[in-house]
Amino acid sequence: MAATDGVSSGAAKPQGVSGEALMAIRSDMLRFAQLQLRDSHAAEDVVQEAIEAALGHAESFAGRSSLKTWVFAILRNKIIDHIRQRDRSIAVSSLMGEDEDFDQKLDQLFNEQGRWTAECRPARWPDPEDSMASRQFWGAFEACLDVMPEKIARVFMMREFLGLESGEICTQLGLTTTNLHVILHRARLRLRECLESGWIRSGGQAC
Amino acid sequence: MLNCREVTHLCSQELERPLGLWERLSLKAHLMMCDGCSNFRGQMTTIREAMRTYREGRAVTSEQGSDRDPRC
Repeated sequence: MAATDGVSSGAAKPQGVSGEALMAIRSDMLRFAQLQLRDSHAAEDVVQEAIEAALGHAESFAGRSSLKTWVFAILRNKIIDHIRQRDRSIAVSSLMGEDEDFDQKLDQLFNEQGRWTAECRPARWPDPEDSMASRQFWGAFEACLDVMPEKIARVFMMREFLGLESGEICTQLGLTTTNLHVILHRARLRLRECLESGWIRSGGQAC
Repeated sequence: MLNCREVTHLCSQELERPLGLWERLSLKAHLMMCDGCSNFRGQMTTIREAMRTYREGRAVTSEQGSDRDPRC
């Protein structure tokens, strides 16, 4: 049994929080946690905690959102707790160093005047709404997040998946705001590049 | 006058903080003349939107979703 999906069912019929319904979305939860934590044991743990919390607070599920959206919000909070406890700062030097080859890559995108080179000038992507209703898009998207260098991915996902504010991320990881912005920018460029080759051109060579 | 490389950086920055007046004006002026950067900015918006959709558990996974491929 598949959980109702917010995309396809704006008017989802009321659905209870059952162990069965949660099991149906467990693999999606695991993938999400794994992308964020990059540690399969920790991912299993937070998913288990989130499922227990969901079952324990089933009465607070109002059915306004889909069950999956509700459970993902719980999962996100569990991951944030986990990250806060972990409190492991990332050395700035290793973060910036992890991506040195990417700077060379950037030099291929732009000419000496800082303008797009002819072959790398960005083209328009398909309509976002259509893309996001497509399984192929999400397959490529997950694969691209998966191959992002680990430390950069961690920072990027703290911002975009967990929705933490810049200030908290900087404090957690001991980064300056400027560093953080550079890292997030690189992460977006990487993701964009990967989606270009994995999604738009389907395996073709991207810039 | 900003170049494309600087504009891509601003497009990312505007997702993080409110841009200053000068930044907004120069971004706008550049985008009016530059398709490449306008497309780039749209792609940044798509990525942000996709991240939000995914984190809310609204991504379309194996069981559901459209077989229609928007790339075609």
